[in-house]
Amino acid sequence: MHLTRTARIVLGCLTAAGLALIYLPLLLVLLNSVNADPSFAWPPRALTGEWWSRALHSAGARDALWTSLRAGLGATAVALVLGSLAAFAVHRHRFFGRQTVSFLIVLPIALPGIVTGIALNAAFRTVLAPLGIGFGLFTVVVGHATFCVVIVFNNVAARLRRIAPSLAEASADLGARPWQTLRYVTFPALRPALFAGALLAFALSFDEVVVTTFTAGAGTKTLPIWIYENLARPHQAPVVDVLAALLIALSVIPVYAAQRLSSDTAGGRL
Amino acid sequence: MSATRHEPRARGRLAALLAPPLLWLVLAYLGSLAVLLLSAFWTTDPFTSDVVHTWTTDNFRDILTTPVYRTVALRTLGIAVAVTLLDALLALPMAFFMARVAAGRLRRALLVAVLTPLWAGYLVKAYAWRVMLGEHGIINAALAPLGLHGPGYGTAAVVLVLAYLWLPYMILPVHAALERLPAHQLEASADLGAGTVRTLRSVVAPAVRPALLAGSVFTFSLSLGDYLTVQIVGGRTQLLGNVIASQVTLDLPLAAALSAVPVALVVCYLAAVRRAGALDSL
Repeated sequence: MHLTRTARIVLGCLTAAGLALIYLPLLLVLLNSVNADPSFAWPPRALTGEWWSRALHSAGARDALWTSLRAGLGATAVALVLGSLAAFAVHRHRFFGRQTVSFLIVLPIALPGIVTGIALNAAFRTVLAPLGIGFGLFTVVVGHATFCVVIVFNNVAARLRRIAPSLAEASADLGARPWQTLRYVTFPALRPALFAGALLAFALSFDEVVVTTFTAGAGTKTLPIWIYENLARPHQAPVVDVLAALLIALSVIPVYAAQRLSSDTAGGRL
Repeated sequence: MSATRHEPRARGRLAALLAPPLLWLVLAYLGSLAVLLLSAFWTTDPFTSDVVHTWTTDNFRDILTTPVYRTVALRTLGIAVAVTLLDALLALPMAFFMARVAAGRLRRALLVAVLTPLWAGYLVKAYAWRVMLGEHGIINAALAPLGLHGPGYGTAAVVLVLAYLWLPYMILPVHAALERLPAHQLEASADLGAGTVRTLRSVVAPAVRPALLAGSVFTFSLSLGDYLTVQIVGGRTQLLGNVIASQVTLDLPLAAALSAVPVALVVCYLAAVRRAGALDSL
């Protein structure tokens, strides 16, 4: 297909405009984190570093960050195991109900967060509470893992589709047992997909507000919950803004790492 | 593949692979949904707000006969469709440029640029828009010299912000589909005398359609259940998510019955796009 020069330029301009639109709010967050006016009036009249020093000394924010990291790691670990197992099952086997399994895996992320949230809340209260398990980090991990499975599943399934079956066959012909093939042939080929899946699952868990609201209980505050609670308080808004700016700045690292580790688009598959 | 043979060992391996994820999803997820659906048939004590376990279909009757719920449901559906269309419109040229026009380093840089905002956080981005759309925000400041006024807080702002939040979820699958499109198919099309428009219609469109549908699963269902963005930039606009959220503590059975509306919509939508093969390219 031969695109004319004009068509290429128009497409380029549209892409640039789209990216500008994507980044404008993020740049404003960065700028507002040093805006001396706590209500972020535009244009800023003076700059200040006060919000940054206040945010870095906020114990609430630090605890929330720690809780988010633990919840994200827990959910990612569960999702890695369950998602990979399901991807192997669906990819390597033909069985009755195969379509239903993919459907079931997509469902937790496709259904609205509020529905997932109140369903888990109702179930935890009727089933776990009598067992003496209260709301806390454990219930958050269960909730997050449920909708993170699909991310790992999609990444691993996409990669499995692309690994030539002849590789595993060659390995078997050369006398490798199934475990050896898995360890020396399949796993190295899957590693980028596992990494990308884990990264995206962690990101999803790290950002989740609604399901967390209904599964966390009073004592467990993840970073988004902390941010949400403090957004409503006008004098805390600049501190929230600093955290946001920090997250935006740090977000480049995992995305870059994912890109380096998986040179194909698998890093971007949801 | 040896696995397609139904030998006992393959079946055992399949069972071992499937059991943990299925147990988790069926017990933790479908079980929870079942508990929720069941509680939709219960009722609430009007004085204490406690759930009373008497079987009744009143909640569903209330939802079907109360005009407010119908208005809110239709508004939510309309917003979800508008967000999906807006995202498809924005994503197509961007994904096309990223996958087929840009080359080498630029291509990778663009992909990173689209992925990075996914990490910036939902609340942060929604809140950034609240600041931008505010009375003294940058949008009004930019439009003032033209004698214009921004949309302020309301339904238009909700569509705008949701489209902004979910855009990467649409760009990524479309980009992946376009990138996978073999160049020789495009060349063959040109060799056979097809112009750009014909190639776009007959070669590119069929390849992109499942990806667009896959992206729309995210944009559509995420919009359908959102209630925080509406709280942040929606002004007085109410969506299904807000109504459910406000009923959870007051009247859980009613909230559960209301949840059946987005669940039914999403399940119908998933069933429809699954037939088009969208779930395979998610």
